[in-house]
Amino acid sequence: MNSWIDAVLVLITLTSLVLLGASRLGTSIRMVALQGVLLSPLPLLLAGPSGFGPRAAMLAVATVLIKGLGFPWLMARAVRGGSQRREMDPRVGYNASLLAGVLLMVVAFLLSSRLPLPPGEGTPLVLPVALFNILAGMFVIASRRQAITQVLGYLVMENGIYVFGVGIASHQPLLVELGILLDVFAAVFVMGIVIFHMGRELDHTDTDRLTLLNDWQKEKE
Amino acid sequence: MTLLLVALGLLVASGTAALLCRRSPRAANLIGAGGAAAACALGLIPAVVGLGGGEAKFDLAWPVPGGSLSLAIDPLTAFFLLPLFALCGLAAVYGAGYLGGRPGRRSPGAPWFFFNWLVAGMVVVVTARNAVLFLLAWEVMSLASYFLVTHEDERPEVREAGWTYLVATHFGNACLIALFALLGPRSLDFADFAPAAPAGLLFVLALIGFGTKAGFVPLHVWLPEAHPAAPSHVSAVMSGVMIKMGIYGLLRTLTWLGPPPLWWGGLLIGIGAASGLFAVLFALAQGDLKRLLAYSSVENTSIIALGLGVGLVGLHTGTPGVAILGFAGALLHVWTHALGKGLLFLGAGAVLHATGTREMDRLGGLSRSMPLTSATFLVGAAAVAGLPPLSGFFSEFLILYGAVQHAGLHSLAAMVALALMSGLAAAVFVRAFGSVFLGAARDGTVRGAHDPGAAMRAPLAILAPALLVLGLATPVLVPALAPVVEQLVSLPAQRDLDAASAPLAVVVLGSVVLMALVALIAGGRRLLLAGRTVGSAVTWDCGYAHPTARMQYTASSFAQPLTALFGPVLRTRETADAPRGLFPDAVSFATRTPDAVRERVWRPLFAHVSGALHAMHRLQHGRLHLYVISIALTLVVLLLWRLS
Repeated sequence: MNSWIDAVLVLITLTSLVLLGASRLGTSIRMVALQGVLLSPLPLLLAGPSGFGPRAAMLAVATVLIKGLGFPWLMARAVRGGSQRREMDPRVGYNASLLAGVLLMVVAFLLSSRLPLPPGEGTPLVLPVALFNILAGMFVIASRRQAITQVLGYLVMENGIYVFGVGIASHQPLLVELGILLDVFAAVFVMGIVIFHMGRELDHTDTDRLTLLNDWQKEKE
Repeated sequence: MTLLLVALGLLVASGTAALLCRRSPRAANLIGAGGAAAACALGLIPAVVGLGGGEAKFDLAWPVPGGSLSLAIDPLTAFFLLPLFALCGLAAVYGAGYLGGRPGRRSPGAPWFFFNWLVAGMVVVVTARNAVLFLLAWEVMSLASYFLVTHEDERPEVREAGWTYLVATHFGNACLIALFALLGPRSLDFADFAPAAPAGLLFVLALIGFGTKAGFVPLHVWLPEAHPAAPSHVSAVMSGVMIKMGIYGLLRTLTWLGPPPLWWGGLLIGIGAASGLFAVLFALAQGDLKRLLAYSSVENTSIIALGLGVGLVGLHTGTPGVAILGFAGALLHVWTHALGKGLLFLGAGAVLHATGTREMDRLGGLSRSMPLTSATFLVGAAAVAGLPPLSGFFSEFLILYGAVQHAGLHSLAAMVALALMSGLAAAVFVRAFGSVFLGAARDGTVRGAHDPGAAMRAPLAILAPALLVLGLATPVLVPALAPVVEQLVSLPAQRDLDAASAPLAVVVLGSVVLMALVALIAGGRRLLLAGRTVGSAVTWDCGYAHPTARMQYTASSFAQPLTALFGPVLRTRETADAPRGLFPDAVSFATRTPDAVRERVWRPLFAHVSGALHAMHRLQHGRLHLYVISIALTLVVLLLWRLS
């Protein structure tokens, strides 16, 4: 069982790394979709034979539906609304981003080696992968200019939290898990709509240029 | 108590209903004003009953930490409820005419919503017996009045006034939160207060917190801005009742603090004297009628502060007569000013409504075209300026009577200040009434003026006789204040108040005789003139062939000798374009007297604070990625630090 879990976790990490190095928006969205699908068996695998019930199954199905299909569809729609096809001129280049990703992984392993896990929960890989995804998501948000890539970064971060959730606290009620999923869904839904309309109205979704909408700077001018 | 709760419910319900009536401004106006007026009429009953000494209570559990929904009516509460309901009800009727008479403007739903919430907030403020509930109601009152002040927010000076008010009121609220936190570390119910700090500190906090609302100098800066900006019926309620909530809070706090040391009374007398003289001088220099009334409100709360100060000094020195008369005078002045200033603001609103201007130098001669407004304004002015037989005279008389019985520097200061203030206040109102209602119209726009419609006339016609009755009934009324005074001084007060009402009766009698004489003379004049032709001609014009109405004595010229005398305090700015040559062109002359405290204390202070905080703007750069990086770095560093 553990080898299956580890395989999934490694694949999740790889999708994050691909996302860090991807320049085309289409590839990035597909990676996030793939990551969502990869996340879905985790509740089943981590729950163990005893928890293999309708609860875990429902969560898995919901994950595939929302993270694997819903979000990518929303993001793809938002991309079609604007004229941008690739992340132009990121603050940190793609190769440098990959390197930074490796560094973040080191940090994640460092952190998790010091964080004692309750015995008998998940595998030793759960914690570093979760932390890495959180950090990588933050890095994407900070280093990219396009609004859509930033939403993708947010999703990756959220996936890290999800891994942490199902890995460490597999016994938390289904309702909590589903509630978080719904929250994220609502957030991404709103962001997708905003980006879609931003792309139409402003012909760009460059967050740097959006700071011009700021109030007090306008006053200063 | 049930009636009071029904009134509260009615206020909230009708305000909300008025807000929801977006389609029909008429319906919104009717619902809002009708609900407020009906609720106030209902509320008067428990207020009158409570004044007699009957205690009513209402308690309900409330899940808010430290809070409980406990309301009660005791004599002190009832004393403040009475003018609150009376004035708010009349102001609501007036407001129906004021807001409804201007079709095409935005819906009156929102102002009615806030007006009714303001009234409800004030009712809860005086009835609340729990600190959380009190602060909540206080905040509702402050915010509702803020939105009423900024009703005409398309004008920049109104927005400016709104900011000033909002900042000032929250400065006061901060002190109040500190006050109640220190008063009730054990329980936030008024009955179980156990002060955890020196009483002196609590007194100062209460003085700042409640003084901001009451408008003691230098915390008065919001009053002269907010009152002219608000619609007139709101100004009436704010000036007549809302600033009295500050006095109520101060009185209520005094009942928790135990025996007062001498410096409390001294401080209150000092504040009252300084702020009263300051305000009355600035009232004298104002050209804007409503701004003048606002400064006069500051002056009148200062008189109340003087009375409280005399009372506290009396309590400290153990002379019950002084204490009782001081508090009784202050309380009576609360009523006088509530009704009188309410009436004056409503009258000023009628003038503004009819002429479209508040500039006294452009008005004039309105007594002929607006006889009712003119007559009622005169009554209000006499009451607020403290002329017998109106109650303003009696409240000042009681304070002086108390001060005379205490030989000391404190009472001497109070007497001198009060005498000077009364004289100057009389000048202020002679100037205001004379320039607005007497003489001839100084400006063409004023000529078509007429008394307002029935809804706006009725409150004026009710308030003026009510003031007159309040004045004439003072000898009966003062002994009836005993339960309220006893609650404040914890001493039997009936005997002293009975004794004090004897000289009041003499004054009333004298006044009645005088009024009868005046009426007799007026009747005689009419009798003599009957059947003869009465002509009118211009006054002697020094040989100048074409005198115009613009050449009359203006309000500014009337005040000039006094403003020149007090020039160093007032710092009136004159901008003149003097006539030149033999055939001078257009000339102009303008004076402006900005508030000295605002200009020389608060403005520099806020400029410094703003400058010091400007560096913080660099942190608010709006670059999202830097925010995210700083959050992530903080998290990682914290994790590494805690886990090492």
